[in-house]
Amino acid sequence: MKIAVLSGKGGTGKTLVSVNLASVAKKSIYIDCDVEEPNGYLFFKPKNIKSENISISIPFADEKLCSGCRKCIDFCKFNALAFIINKLIVFDDVCHSCGGCVLFCPEKALAEKDKIIGEVQRGVSENVDVITGILNTGEASGVPIIKKLLNNHSEEKEFTFIDCPPGSACIVMESIKDADYCILVAEPTLFGVHNLNMVYELVRLFKKPHAVVLNKCLEGENPAEKFCREKDIKILAKIPFDRELGTLNSNALISVRENQKYRDMFSSMLQIVTKEVQHETVTNS
Amino acid sequence: MKQLLILSGKGGTGKTTIASAFIQLSNAKVYADCDVDAPNLHLIMNQASKAKRSDYYGMPKAQIDLNACVQCDLCRQNCRFDAIQADIDYKVDFYACEGCGVCQAVCPEGAVSLKPALAGELMLYVNGSVFSTAELKMGSGTSGMLVTEVKKQMKSAAKDAGLAIIDGSPGIGCPVIASLSGVDMVLIVAEPSISGISDMERIIKTAERFHTRIAICINKYDTNIENTKRIERFCQKLYLPFAGRIPYDPDVVKVINQGQSIVEMDCAAGRAAKNVFDKMIKLLFNETLAL
Repeated sequence: MKIAVLSGKGGTGKTLVSVNLASVAKKSIYIDCDVEEPNGYLFFKPKNIKSENISISIPFADEKLCSGCRKCIDFCKFNALAFIINKLIVFDDVCHSCGGCVLFCPEKALAEKDKIIGEVQRGVSENVDVITGILNTGEASGVPIIKKLLNNHSEEKEFTFIDCPPGSACIVMESIKDADYCILVAEPTLFGVHNLNMVYELVRLFKKPHAVVLNKCLEGENPAEKFCREKDIKILAKIPFDRELGTLNSNALISVRENQKYRDMFSSMLQIVTKEVQHETVTNS
Repeated sequence: MKQLLILSGKGGTGKTTIASAFIQLSNAKVYADCDVDAPNLHLIMNQASKAKRSDYYGMPKAQIDLNACVQCDLCRQNCRFDAIQADIDYKVDFYACEGCGVCQAVCPEGAVSLKPALAGELMLYVNGSVFSTAELKMGSGTSGMLVTEVKKQMKSAAKDAGLAIIDGSPGIGCPVIASLSGVDMVLIVAEPSISGISDMERIIKTAERFHTRIAICINKYDTNIENTKRIERFCQKLYLPFAGRIPYDPDVVKVINQGQSIVEMDCAAGRAAKNVFDKMIKLLFNETLAL
């Protein structure tokens, strides 16, 4: 089963939840889709890493064949081409690799070459297969890396945890597309609730079964909890604000591998998730 | 107009908390929220008047006229985004389509057209100060284009203000790159965790690529002193101006949840934010005073 962990707002604890859930499972796969700022591997410190470059196709022109007709420039919706001083210029950064310019060049003067935008790393950390997508700095879109991350892993293992990027834009959508279940991580602030509402709308739009983990809970009123009660959203767990957990986490240590207390907390969370997902599968079949 | 952009790489380090404090402290007449994926600044910058709203159209989306479609499959074969679904009828996946127009151009029957698609909403508040913000529609792409629109809207509404404060988005991708263009300086709000340090290094590399001046401050510095010192050493090594430390302060959540900025109440984090602000103003307006 594939479980996506998302939050809307950054820094609410997506990586904390997904790394620790993956670690308490007997056997699992952890996929870090936050390709702009991947952090999971810092916790897992995976061994036997195999890297694979991820490229996109970028057009280039054969000057001898190019007649300067500018059909490609007129076609390109992304303004990625220009004809400057009798030469066709390609702006790699804004090219979406749609292939239109190559397809419609009457002189067949355009071809494509690969441009590396990042990599996928696979490694192992005890019971967890760790798969990380890393976007090179300066690149605009990690979507091609996320597609690769999610298309390319075995199904045999029981749990796959998908650590999503923040926000609710195309990149998050891509990450949750094939998930069986979504865990929304929220913090008890005004910001937290506002962004929880955004991802809540997103998982509803994609009809994904979902529940919330409330992180960094303090004494007193919790606006995120209030939101869940009002909308009748299941609360999987409440993680209290805890200096010890915070310190372990800030030192990139996996709490469930360090302390039995956290092991118990995340084990019971995983049990509830498992039941929820099985329940969903039964009702859907 | 000097533009100060607040970024962090990692989410949740305190960009909006710092930005709202700076807006209060500077009495800024101009500010913007470029985190169009998850905007929050409006929640604490309470506005007396209503926003002027305008629709934001991103890239158009393809649409297939089923009466004209002969199911030749050319559109599906040529679409690089797997956006054409062939079931009983040919359909466009609205979210996967990037509006490139290849399907329209290859269709021999003229059955495909590109239709404008609403991708978000721009909001402009003008009442004494100018506040430009936007919200991207769920699951939309083109957030970089919307960020550019937010900044354009801000600049056109306030041409002669001295200082603009811009709240940025997490990450290093297209919205961040779009927010970097044309700003005078970036303040990176770092967090003293291993994750925070890794993310900070990546956002520094990204900002440097676009030749933007950078300063660093550390939020919740006392949650991990070792990592705080590591960040400070890192800044020294790279000759990056260090703008100060802000402590973890439980009052922050309380103040924010009342819809206020942290300098509106006397608290440790608010006082520290004021010091960071003073340092940033010096850096921003007196370029010789770096470090």
